Formats: sequence, C-alpha cells, structure tokens
Amino acid sequence: MTRKKRRLYFIALGMLALGAATALVLSAIGDSLLYFYSPTDLEERPVAEGQRFRLGGLVEEGSVEKDGETVRFVVTDLIHTVPVAFTGILPDLFREGQGVVTEGRLSGAGLFVADSVLAKHDETYMPKEVADSLKDSGYWKEGAAPDAGPAQ
Amino acid sequence: MHRYANPTRFLRIANAILPWSTAIMVIAFGVGLAYALVVSPPDYQQGETVRIMYVHVPSAWMGLFVYTAMAIASAVALIWRHPVADLAAQCSAPVGAAFTFICLVTGSLWGKPMWGAWWVWDARLTSMLILLFLYLGYMALANAFDDRQRGSKAAAVLALVGWVNIPIIKFSVDWWNTLHQPASVNPMGQSGIAIDGSMLIPLFAMAIAFKAYYVTTLLLGMRREIAAAKVRAMRMAAVHG
Repeated sequence: MTRKKRRLYFIALGMLALGAATALVLSAIGDSLLYFYSPTDLEERPVAEGQRFRLGGLVEEGSVEKDGETVRFVVTDLIHTVPVAFTGILPDLFREGQGVVTEGRLSGAGLFVADSVLAKHDETYMPKEVADSLKDSGYWKEGAAPDAGPAQ
Repeated sequence: MHRYANPTRFLRIANAILPWSTAIMVIAFGVGLAYALVVSPPDYQQGETVRIMYVHVPSAWMGLFVYTAMAIASAVALIWRHPVADLAAQCSAPVGAAFTFICLVTGSLWGKPMWGAWWVWDARLTSMLILLFLYLGYMALANAFDDRQRGSKAAAVLALVGWVNIPIIKFSVDWWNTLHQPASVNPMGQSGIAIDGSMLIPLFAMAIAFKAYYVTTLLLGMRREIAAAKVRAMRMAAVHG
C-alpha cells in the first residue's frame, strides 16, 4: 500500500468513526435539543407545575381574547390543545392560525402562563395576490404549517 | 491529480476562468438586486421584510457550500500533499466566514420584527453560530505556526472534523422543533418548493451571484498567495545566494 493510499483510508475511516460518534451523541441527547414542546409532547411527557419550558404550536382560530393587557389564546397542534395567558406586547406576526412559541410555566388547572411569545413563521412565501387567489379558489390550506403538527 | 498541483498550470486555468466568473457575478448581481429590491412583490405575511431573505438564504447556502469545498480541498491537501488544494482551502475560509456572518446578522435583523427576538438558542441558529466559530478557528489555526506546513496541516484536520456540523445545520429544522422555519426550497422533501415563482427569481439570481463572487475571490486570492510564495522564494534565494 502506498503512503497516499494509507492516508486516504486513514482519513476515510476517521470521518466514518467521527460521523458514527456524532450520530450516537445526537440520538442520545435527542429531546433536550427541542426548542419547544408541542401540546402532544406535553400530553406524553407531562411537565411539573411551575417548571419553565417553551410551548409551541398554532394559535387556534377564534381563540384569541384580549382583556386589557392580557391576551388569552389556545395553542393547538391539531390533536391536543393548551390554553395560554400572556401579558405584554405581541409580535407583528402573531395571528390566529399562525405558529407561536411561548415561554412560561403551567399554573394549576392546565393554564400555561407565558411571559414571552415569539411568532413562528412557516416556510411559505408568496405575494398577497397569490394568497388571496388561493383562498378564493379553495386551495388554501389553513393551519398547514407542517412543523407545528404532531411530533412523529 | 498532480496535473493541477503545478502552480503555473493552475494560473493559466485561473486566468481563463476569471473574466467569465466576473461577468456572471456582475450580471447576476444586477438582475438579483433589481428583482430583490424593486421588482419582486412583498410577502402576504411579512410585507417588505421578505426582501431580507434574498441576502439571508443565499448567504446561508454559501456558508455551507464554502465549508464543504474547504473540507474537500483539505482532504485532497492532506492525502495527496497537494499545495494548490491547500491554498484553495485557506483562501476559502475568509469568504465562508464572511457569508456565515452576513447570514447571522441578516437573520437577526429579520427575527426581531418577525419572531419578536434578535436571537434564540434553537438548534438551527446555534449550529450556524458554531459554523462561524469553525471558520474563525480554522483561520486562527492555519496562521498559528511559524512553519506554514504545520499550520495548514492542523487546520485541514480541523476543517475535516468540523464538517460533521454541516448535515446538522441542514437537517436541524427537520430533526428538532426549532423556531427557525424548515427549508422552503427542498425539492426532495414532501413540501417541495414553498416559495412563489416571483420570489424565486431574485433568490436564485442572488445565489448565482454569490457563487460567482466566491469563484472570483477564491481565484484572485490563490493567485495572490502564489505570487507571495514566489516573492518569499526569491527573498530566500537572495539571502542565501
């Protein structure tokens, strides 16, 4: 075997071993890299009352109620729902049917009290005219943001 | 492989490519900027803020693309002791670092009005920040030794090891819940292309412009380094002669 060949195999093996090690590490830390829990995640792995975490999903249509500075809405992943209360200024993109990521704690009675709300934008980009004509022709997919759906 | 290890042959090829890559860059930038800033429509949700995407997304692609090119060049340099490949890797690093930085800054400027936060520690943003540190570490390591050969060898190993971050960046939005949206241009995924045609023109024009810019600066940088090496050799000859 020439020295070039030996170096080639050495590097190829090294990269393979490194890739395998990374894959193992990533699959081991898995869930701790989740930026937020979906309502279904919360159902499957309950979080203790008073513990801080992030909750993400779609704002349910027709669920937003403003009461002075406080906003109440329901976060859904189209399977489970969690009611949320938030006091403060909402981001521009916050609207019904759009994704949000909220941070806060569960209080008693299953209410999630958030102290920050971030809007989650989906990957769809189009001009307003196209969105309107999609709605007119019935091809509009309401709440179709794939990422906010249930974790598979 | 060693046909291209000869700097004179490389310079001949580089000088032939340079006018073309420069012309493509100028034309693509002209078309891309005109469409990105004026012709393309505002988004139905984001309004005019969508225009940030035409810089942000091609910059992110460049960050990943240039790093991959750098890792391949580093492997060639390590295995075949190929001096031109080593130069290519070293001249790629500042370009890739600059585009990664632009990607992070423009993303932050977009995130504040759209998400409501300049920065969040989700998997996509964090892995992209690590990419910037990998570029900076590569450049620091390559220049850390008095002996250039040792520096470039150590840096090449870092470039290869750091490459594991590239698939992590790419798939972070699929593997984990992130605040960052999933890929909009993903022909192999189920969502396909989720960007309207009128917005794809500036996006792809800018991507072509950035790639042509990379080729142009890379060849110019390598030409400069080869000239600098010649100067060093002549100085040494003068001192010892």
